[in-house]
Amino acid sequence: MRFSGLRVLKEGLTGNKGWGPHWRDPEPKPDYDIVIIGGGGHGLATAYYLAKEHGLTNIAVLEKGYIGGGNVGRNTTIVRANYTMPGNSEFYSHSLKLWEGLEEDLNYNVMHSQRGVINLFHSDGQRDYAARRANAIVNQGDDAQLLDRARVKKMLPYLDYDNARFPIYGGLYHPRGGTARHDAVAWGFARGADRRGVDLLQNCEVTGIDIEDGKVTGVQTSRGPIRARKVGIVVAGRSGQVAAMAGMRLPIESNILQAFVTEGLKPCIDHVVTFGMGHFYISQSDKGGLVFGGDLDFYASYAARGNLPMAEHVMEAGIALMPMIGKARVLRSWGGIMDMTPDGSPIIDRTGIEGLYLNGGWCYGGFKAVPGSGHAFAHLMATERYHENATKFRLDRFRDGYGLMDEEGTGSQHNLH
Amino acid sequence: MRITCPICGERDSREFSYRGADVALRRPSPDASEAAWDDYVHLRDNPAGVTRDLWHHAAGCSAWVVVTRNTVTHEVLETQLAADEVRA
Repeated sequence: MRFSGLRVLKEGLTGNKGWGPHWRDPEPKPDYDIVIIGGGGHGLATAYYLAKEHGLTNIAVLEKGYIGGGNVGRNTTIVRANYTMPGNSEFYSHSLKLWEGLEEDLNYNVMHSQRGVINLFHSDGQRDYAARRANAIVNQGDDAQLLDRARVKKMLPYLDYDNARFPIYGGLYHPRGGTARHDAVAWGFARGADRRGVDLLQNCEVTGIDIEDGKVTGVQTSRGPIRARKVGIVVAGRSGQVAAMAGMRLPIESNILQAFVTEGLKPCIDHVVTFGMGHFYISQSDKGGLVFGGDLDFYASYAARGNLPMAEHVMEAGIALMPMIGKARVLRSWGGIMDMTPDGSPIIDRTGIEGLYLNGGWCYGGFKAVPGSGHAFAHLMATERYHENATKFRLDRFRDGYGLMDEEGTGSQHNLH
Repeated sequence: MRITCPICGERDSREFSYRGADVALRRPSPDASEAAWDDYVHLRDNPAGVTRDLWHHAAGCSAWVVVTRNTVTHEVLETQLAADEVRA
């Protein structure tokens, strides 16, 4: 089934009876060339690009829950390419370009909205850093503008410009940044992979990874054993646990990141806005809800819910920045489980086990990376070579300290990012 | 989440600052292998369930506390002074 304006019109006139499921629900086969563990955004994108770019279709994606039920359906949906470190810079730039062609590529409306990201700054030092970051973004071939206070005021008239403690000096504007409909990204990649012959196996939890003579031979699952020549672990949030099935310990600690959504409001926030003096960032969904979040709770957790101190901090920071949102009622909050690496950057690499590959460590920034990550991981799994835009996401960089991507400059140790 | 400091009693978790897994109590010797140091600095068991980690009672008595807790339920099961454990 191909989506088109004509099709929507026809279905609208005939009672919408012609829409079918977007993907099959196949039984597991005993044997696949490639098994992807994890049917989140990254896993689905990996399967999609393996099929599309490399012509490999004897692939299964194993998802322990349902498609779109994990972090890909629970995030603040921001898409941007405003990183500065070599490694991250070219990768997110590549990913953003894939985003820009994604809807046509997938024939799926992922509601990618390039509404612009504005990172506010509040001191001379922060302005200097924003200028450096803007230059880095321009040098990588993307777009950035340094806004002065007057221009910010024109674009974001609702901020508190009289705040004596946190005066607004200006903003770093990244016009091509924005948001996308997170569920639709998962559904679009799932449908795209399925249409190319990939089996999406839901309610299929991996319980063991079979390894013989240092080579992966398959996986044990809640729906029976499945043999495979190559296995990709793409389960960010749970990477440590799945890797443990292969006897590996990873440089990853799982932390909680909270986010919040208010009741639907009339359109009032046109961009993605981040506060430079507190942990707070916000955008408005197309349904009208204000979607906002802050920083990690900063302790190891798999609880999928956070504690109140960070919720309080995020609310305080938000109201300090934009008092108008004080009357909006929060409808729901949640905590996502984040794969935190020591340097705050991800891993796309082989492991010490032949045929076993790892994609994880996305920290709190995995959503924007979905197409780029899938594209690069598919390239690695299919060709055994790093994708040219993802050569530095190596697993061994922590051990030897070479090529660390510590974007925040806080050091390469756990709990610093 | 409330944490019982062995010295001060039950306190709000905001009084504590988090260090991470209790691996910090088992620092390798300076001439230990690269693998041992990689293990110590980077690699983690990262369990979904009972874990032991270090919290510093920064806004209280400044003691280092080993907290045994469940990472899935946030239940705190046991706390003891890190100093006692290191001496033992």
